[in-house]
Amino acid sequence: MAIQSLFQKRNLVVLAMICAGIILGLGGFIFIYAKGYSYLSNDPLACANCHVMQGYYDSWVKSSHHRAAACNDCHIPHGLVEKYLAKARNGYNHSKAFTLQNFPEPIRITRANIEDLQHNCIECHATMVSDISAHRDVGKGQARCTQCHRSAGHLNLD
Amino acid sequence: MNKIFSYGLIMVLTALLTGALVAFLLNIRERKEEGRVRNVDIVQLNEEITDPAVWGVNYPREYDGYKKTSIVTHTRFGGSEGISKLDSDPRLKTIFAGYAFSVDYNNRRGHYYSLLDQQETLRTKNFKQTGACLQCHAGGLKQIYEKAGNGDLMAGFEKVCAMPLKDAWQYASHPVACVDCHEPKTMGLRVTRPAFLNGIKVLKEKEGVKDYDPNAMASRQEMRTYVCAQCHVEYYCGPKATLFYPWNNGLKIEEIESYYDSYTFKDGHRFYDFKHELTGAEVVKAQHPEFEMWSQGVHARSGVACADCHMPYMREGATKVTDHHVQSPLLNVARACLQCHHFTEREMLERVNTIQDRNMKLLSRAEDALVSLISRVVEVKKQGVSEELLVPVYALQRKAQWRADFVNAENSMGFHAPQEAARILGEAIDYARQGELLAQALFIKTSSNQNNVKVEK
Repeated sequence: MAIQSLFQKRNLVVLAMICAGIILGLGGFIFIYAKGYSYLSNDPLACANCHVMQGYYDSWVKSSHHRAAACNDCHIPHGLVEKYLAKARNGYNHSKAFTLQNFPEPIRITRANIEDLQHNCIECHATMVSDISAHRDVGKGQARCTQCHRSAGHLNLD
Repeated sequence: MNKIFSYGLIMVLTALLTGALVAFLLNIRERKEEGRVRNVDIVQLNEEITDPAVWGVNYPREYDGYKKTSIVTHTRFGGSEGISKLDSDPRLKTIFAGYAFSVDYNNRRGHYYSLLDQQETLRTKNFKQTGACLQCHAGGLKQIYEKAGNGDLMAGFEKVCAMPLKDAWQYASHPVACVDCHEPKTMGLRVTRPAFLNGIKVLKEKEGVKDYDPNAMASRQEMRTYVCAQCHVEYYCGPKATLFYPWNNGLKIEEIESYYDSYTFKDGHRFYDFKHELTGAEVVKAQHPEFEMWSQGVHARSGVACADCHMPYMREGATKVTDHHVQSPLLNVARACLQCHHFTEREMLERVNTIQDRNMKLLSRAEDALVSLISRVVEVKKQGVSEELLVPVYALQRKAQWRADFVNAENSMGFHAPQEAARILGEAIDYARQGELLAQALFIKTSSNQNNVKVEK
């Protein structure tokens, strides 16, 4: 009786594992097919995978920051944990929007991302902008670098 | 029981998950395909194929947009329901008295109707018109002219322009078509209308560029304006000369005016479009000088082409398409304006509304002043003032009318160049009132002369 019950339990486990295997295999294939791994990299071309960012990528190629900074350097926090949290958040939002095709155009940067962006400008240019970034309005998020330097990274900033 | 439930649960969960994953996979694949395949050449396009429907087989997205120009749309100052401008502004009947535009003058409709509207208007039904009108109302013009001219575009152009419009229609089978703006092999933009080729050549010559050929020398961004400027311009298309664009002195209103004023027809008569029925002044009718007005505005100065706002890029899945549903940007604010202007749609609409409301008010004043001048001249003429004395008044009517009409006929209610439109209307009001003062002075002078005569008797 005990052996039979164990056998039946094992059956259940085997079935669950087969099913998990199918899902993992399919999911893994999609991950590779959709170049999911590229999002773990720092390659700016990964950002243009879904075509929405193509125009931004094209104008970044011709921008002043082309040699100094790629997409992630400005748009993603630099700390290890924050970096992957931001990638996960944006990855979820972007893939949801692009799959459902229900986002307004032209696209606009979100509040959280604009804060990351501003933080990154100051982090690299700290020695030059320390006097400016101490200004009250910068602290309150009301004065931002890209308000004036609109095309530093690519066209259509905001 | 519990066991069956567990098996079932695992199966259902797996089915749901695999289903969702496969749907996701197919979605990704679809987007990838859209990104990869731009178009499929099902038909081999060439110069002989002028029917947009055939081009639409290879370019279904663009063709869909083109067909959408048949949709009836409405903005605050425009609309494609075939609204009569004469009903909404009866002053125009006085202003255009004696001319076909006082009989039938509707708001423009989309490209889809360009040939149909021309065949339906009373201006062609009740009046004799020349084949020149075909240049902007039919599609495949290059092909029509080359056929008529036995291979010579310019010879065919001269020939078709000179024939009665009703004869010219025999050549026309489509409204404005794909082949007019696109080279069939490369889809590159091109201009084919001879009057534009001539006009832009003389304009560039004035700017110091000899033998300008836009198809070889213009940038892509310039071409995105020039294809529209083939037709959305000021021109002469009457019977006394072959259709021409008056750009020899430049694109500004007074540069066009000075060219017209220095122009004499082959019969030796000075340039005019019609003799005003009520006053007898020889006046000029503005067509729809969108290109000229735009050239004086901030958008032109910033390098923004017609297509940027009227045919903005749009995305269908992962495919980037130029929206061929040519329409007012006010009906497509997000794509037309927000790409450059980082404000809300509502804010942009309010900005445009402010500009257009101001222009409308000024335009209304200008038309009032013009109608006032015309009625004063009529009164003076009743008194028997000599034509000779009225010559300076006629000159002022011509100037005032040209200016008020330039802004009225231009399709943007002043938006294409707000300050320029306001300047033009300010001048229109000034010239009209100057003319009225002069007429008033003649009126007083003549009445006192007549009174004096009575006294002497």
